[in-house]
Amino acid sequence: MSNQEQLATELAILVDAAIADFTAATEPAKLEDAKARYLGKDGSLTALLKGLGKLPPEERKAVGAEINRAKESIELALVTRREALRNAQLEAQLAAEALDVTLPGRGRTRGGLHPVSMSLERIEALFRSIGFAVADGPEIETDWHNFTALNTPDNHPARSMHDTFYIADADGNVQSDVLLRTHTSPVQIRSMLAHTERYKHLETMPELRILCPGRVYRVDSDATHSPMFHQAEGLWVGEHVSFADLKGVVTDFLRNFFESEDLKVRFRPSFFPFTEPSAEIDVAFMSGPLEGRWLEIAGCGMVHPNVLRCGGFDPEKYTGFAFGMGPDRLTMLRYGVNDLRLFFEGDLRFLKQFQ
Amino acid sequence: MQFSESWLRSLCNPPMSTEALCHLLTMAGLEVEEVNKPAPPFSDVIVAQVLSVEKHPDADKLKLCRVDIGQAESLQIVCGAPNVVAGMKIPCALVGAKLPGVEIKQAKVRGVDSFGMLCSARELGLNDDHAGLLKLADDAVIGTDIRNLLDLDDALITLKLTPNRADCLSLLGIAREVSALTGTPLIAPSITPIAAVHELKRAIKLEAPTACPRYCGRIVTGVNAQAPTPDWMKQRIERSGVRSISALVDITNYVMLELGQPLHAFDNAQLTGTIHVRPPRANETLVLLNGQTTVPSATTALIADDEKPLAIAGVMGGEFSGIAATTTDLFLECAFFAPEAIVGKARTLGFSTDASYRYERGVDFELQVSAIERATALILQICGGNAGPVVEAVAAEYLPKRPAVALRVARADKVLGVSLGADRIESILRGLGLAVQRNADSFLITPPSFRFDMSIEEDLIEELARIYGYENIPTSPPIARAAMMPSTENSRTAMQLRRIVAERDYHEIVTYSFVDSEWEQDFADNAASGAPITLANPIAAQMSTMRSNLIGGLIGALANNHKRQIERVRLFEIGRCFLRTSEPSAVAGFAQPQRIGLLAWGPCTDEQWGQPKRQVDFFDLKADVEAIFAQQAVRFEKSTHPALHPGRCANLIVNGKTVGIIGELHPRWVQKYELVSAPMIFEAELDPLLGKTLPAYRELSRQPAVTRDLALVVPQTQALQPLLDAMKAAAAEIVCDIYLFDLYQGKGLAAGQKSLAFRIVMQDTQRTLEDAEVEAAVANLLAIAGRDYNAILRA
Repeated sequence: MSNQEQLATELAILVDAAIADFTAATEPAKLEDAKARYLGKDGSLTALLKGLGKLPPEERKAVGAEINRAKESIELALVTRREALRNAQLEAQLAAEALDVTLPGRGRTRGGLHPVSMSLERIEALFRSIGFAVADGPEIETDWHNFTALNTPDNHPARSMHDTFYIADADGNVQSDVLLRTHTSPVQIRSMLAHTERYKHLETMPELRILCPGRVYRVDSDATHSPMFHQAEGLWVGEHVSFADLKGVVTDFLRNFFESEDLKVRFRPSFFPFTEPSAEIDVAFMSGPLEGRWLEIAGCGMVHPNVLRCGGFDPEKYTGFAFGMGPDRLTMLRYGVNDLRLFFEGDLRFLKQFQ
Repeated sequence: MQFSESWLRSLCNPPMSTEALCHLLTMAGLEVEEVNKPAPPFSDVIVAQVLSVEKHPDADKLKLCRVDIGQAESLQIVCGAPNVVAGMKIPCALVGAKLPGVEIKQAKVRGVDSFGMLCSARELGLNDDHAGLLKLADDAVIGTDIRNLLDLDDALITLKLTPNRADCLSLLGIAREVSALTGTPLIAPSITPIAAVHELKRAIKLEAPTACPRYCGRIVTGVNAQAPTPDWMKQRIERSGVRSISALVDITNYVMLELGQPLHAFDNAQLTGTIHVRPPRANETLVLLNGQTTVPSATTALIADDEKPLAIAGVMGGEFSGIAATTTDLFLECAFFAPEAIVGKARTLGFSTDASYRYERGVDFELQVSAIERATALILQICGGNAGPVVEAVAAEYLPKRPAVALRVARADKVLGVSLGADRIESILRGLGLAVQRNADSFLITPPSFRFDMSIEEDLIEELARIYGYENIPTSPPIARAAMMPSTENSRTAMQLRRIVAERDYHEIVTYSFVDSEWEQDFADNAASGAPITLANPIAAQMSTMRSNLIGGLIGALANNHKRQIERVRLFEIGRCFLRTSEPSAVAGFAQPQRIGLLAWGPCTDEQWGQPKRQVDFFDLKADVEAIFAQQAVRFEKSTHPALHPGRCANLIVNGKTVGIIGELHPRWVQKYELVSAPMIFEAELDPLLGKTLPAYRELSRQPAVTRDLALVVPQTQALQPLLDAMKAAAAEIVCDIYLFDLYQGKGLAAGQKSLAFRIVMQDTQRTLEDAEVEAAVANLLAIAGRDYNAILRA
C-alpha cells in the first residue's frame, strides 16, 4: 500500500467517523464539540493539514487536495447537521407554542340598538329611499298644534283629560293649553308651516315629504297599552297627491318592511278628524303564527282641507296624504315580541337579543 | 253597537251570507268587531207538547211523560224536571239529536224506555237556566225545529263604530247603509200617527233652546205597566245587548235601537204643570235613576216640571219621576238634544248611557215625531192605554242646518286618483238617500238630517270612496320628480350615533319621559334646570315629573338589571328632556333638548380567561366618550354635580361651552339605589355629538421623526391638562405632538409628588432636524413646566 493509498483510507475513515459523530450529536453544543474534534485548532483534520509541510513538495499538492476534499465532506456534513438540528429545535419550539384555538376570543363585546330603534332605522331608510326627509318636533306641545290645527274640535273626546296628559302650572293645576303630544301629527303642522313659509314666494311650492318618528303619550296603561309609545307619521303634500298614491306608498312600505311580497294589505274606511277620506290599514301575513289574521296596523287618509289650510297650503291647489303607524307594534310583529312592556324595562336579557 | 242580524234582515235583506255581510260592513267603515251566535250548534230538537205526566215506577224524582211531537205516534220520555206538567210546550231532543256535548240515544232510565229528552235552556246552550224545562209559547207549532222557532241561527253582530257614524247607531241606520252598499231595497218600519183619544197634555217650554231645539211629549193614560214584553221584542233587544226590564222600558229601548231615537217615559202622576227644558238653578240637586245624587253643572240642561227637576237632558232620568209597576199614566218624552250640549256630561258623572252616547254623536233631528208615534203604537199594542195628542215644541233656528254641498267630478277624481264618472257618482249618492241636484260636471247635495258628517266636498268624496270600495281604488306607487335629497358630511344622524355607541358595547334603552320626582331631586342639577315640570294628571305618582336629564332612567334600568343578577351593565339612551326656559322655543316656556346618556357598571369586560378582572372606572368611560365624539375637540374640566362623586366628576367642554357631565355616581345614591358599586355616567346634549368635521388632508413628512421623553415631577394635586396646554402653547414649531405616556407615583418620589412622563414628537416636513434644535425645543418645554408649574426633571 502506497502512502497515498494509506492516506486515502485514513481520510475515508476520518470522514465516516466525523459524519457518525455529527449524527450522534443531538444538540448544537455537542455538534460544535464534534466539529472541534475534526475541524478545530487541534482537530484531526487540522493536524493532517499541518503535516502537509513535512511532505516533499512533489507530494504536497496531491495530498493537500485529498485532505481538502475530505474537509469539504466533513464541513458539508456539519452544515447539514446544523440545519437539521435547527429545524428540529424550531419544530419543538412551535410544538411547545401551540395554542388551544378553541378558547374564546378576548376583548369587549358589542351592544345593540333598541328593537324599536331598529325598526325606526328601517322605516326611515325605506321612506328616505323615496324622498322623505325625517322631521322632528317637541313632545310638550301646545293644544293648538296637537288638536286645533288638526281639525279636532274643542268638544272632541280625544281632548278630554281621559286621554291626554296635561302639564301642571306652578300651583299644580292643569295648564290646559300645554300637553304631552298624543300623536306625532303636530310635527306635520310645524313642518307644513315651515315649508309654506320658506316657499311662499313661489307660485307653485315644491312637494313636502316628511316622516315624523317619535315618542307620544296617552293616559293608558295595561298589557297592550303603554302611557308612552312610539309613532311614525308620514306626510306627502303636492299638487297631484291622491288616495291611490297613499295606497301605493303604504302598501309598498309594509311589504318592504316585513320583507314579504305576499303580505296582504287592506284599507277600510275609518274616521280621524284630520283626514278625509280616512282609512284604517290592516295586514295579514301569509305564513307564521299570525297567518291569515287581519291585524290593524296603521291609520291614514287624505289630509283634511282645514289641516292643509292651518299648514299654509291652499287645499284647492294642493292635496296630501298622511299616515300614522305604531313602530312598537311593527317591531312586535317583526320580531315576535309578545309584550309591549318589555320595550320600556331596559332588561338586558331582552335587549341582547337584538344585537 | 250590537244588533241581531235577523232584525237587520227584516229591514234590508241582501242575498249574502252572514260572513259576506260582515265583510261588506267592515269594508264600508262599519267595522265588525265580533260575531256571536245565540246558541251553539245542535240538531233534531223540535217543539213538542206534554200530553200526560206519570210517576216513574222506580224513581221518586223522575216522571214518565207522553209527548206529542206532531207524528202519528206520541213518544214516552223519562224526565226529571220539576216544572213538567201536562199541556206545556217544550223543546224535545229526538233520538239521534246532537246537543252540545251529548248525543241523544234511546235508553232505559231505571228500567223504563225513554225515546228522547225534554230540554232546559242550559241543555240547549241558550243560557244557564237549568231550573226546569224551557217553556215555549203556547202558540208554538208542534214539530217545528226549535232553531227556527227561536231563530237560533241568528247572529249577534257587534260594530265598532267611528264617532262620525252616529247614524248607524240603529237598525234602521245600518239597514240604510246595507241598502246603499248592495242596492237591496230598504223596508223601513211603517209608522202611522196614532190619533188622540183624549185631550190630556202638558205644555212644553224650551228655555235652553241651543241645547234642546225640539221636544215632543205625549200623555198615554191607562197603561198596564205589568204587561209582559212579547217574546219577539225581548229577543230582539236582548240580542242587541239591552236587558229586558219591563214592557214600557223595553218599548222605549226597542224604538231607540230600531230608529236611533232615545225616549224617556215619566210617570205622569209625579209631574206637575208644564215641562221645562232649562238650565239648572243654583244649588239644585237631582237624584238619578241609578241612585246617584248630582248637582248639575251650569252648562247642563235639565228637564223639569213647574216644581222640580226631573231628568238630566239626554243623559238620564230622575229616580222619583220614572215609571214603576204601579204606573198607569205616562208622559212620553222624545227630544232632540244638540251634541255640543250633551258631550262630556255623562262622562263627568262617571258613566255613559245609551241615550247620552247617541245624543253626543248626533241623533236625527227630524225623527222625534215619528219616533213618538212608533213608541205609542207599540205601547198601545202591548200595554194598552189611551193616547193623548203629541205636543211638539220647536226652536227651529237652533236646529242643525244642512246647507247644500257642492261636489265636483274632477275634484273627486283628483283626490281619489281614480275616475268614477258622473253617472257612477250620481248612483252612489242617490243610493245613500241624499238629495242630489246634478249639474254639468258637478253635483249639489243636501245632506239628510241623520248624517252629521257631510259638510264639505271631501266628506262626500269619502262617501264615494266608501261605497265604490277602498279595495277598488288602484294601489300604485306615485309618480314624482326625482330631485335629490340634500346630504351633509358635517353632521351625522342620531340613528348613526346610536350605531356608534352600540358598537362600543352599549345597549340602547327607552325609558319613560315622566319619572319619579325623587329622581329629579337626586340627579338633576336643579340650580341649572329650574323647577321640575310636572304633569297635572299623571298615571301614577312615580310617573309625575318630566325628566330634565337621562340619569334617573339609566339608574332605574341598572337597578332592574342588578336585581336580575346581571353583573355587567352598559346602557345608553337618547331622548328628549324637559326644562323650563325663558329663551324663545318651539313651545313657549319649555326647552326640550335631545340628550344622550351612557352608563357603565360592573367589570371592565365580561369575565374572561387570561385577563384579570377589573371594575370599570372613570377613564374607561372617558375613552368611550372621547371615541363617540368623533373628531370634535372635547375637554374635561373638574366640576361637581349633585348626582356625582365630587372628586370624580368633570364637565365636558366643546367649543368653549359646557355640554355635559361625566363622572362616578355619588356614593350616597349608590347606597340609596342599592347598586353595590358605583356606575360611571356620562350625560350630555345630543347636538354637539351630531357635529362632524369634514376631513382635510395635511402633507405627510418624508423626514424621520425625532422623539424625546421628558419625565416631570409635579405635586400630586397638579392636573395634567393645564400643564400639557402650557407646554403645547409654548412648543417650538417642530414639535408636532406631546402626549402623556406614563404616570408614576411611589417609591423614589417624595410623598405628595408624582411623575408625568411625556413623549415629545418632533418633525419637519422638509428637512432633517438638527440635534441642537431638538435639544433646545425639549429644554424650552422643561423650562416652561418648571417656571409655571414648579415641575422638575425626574432624576
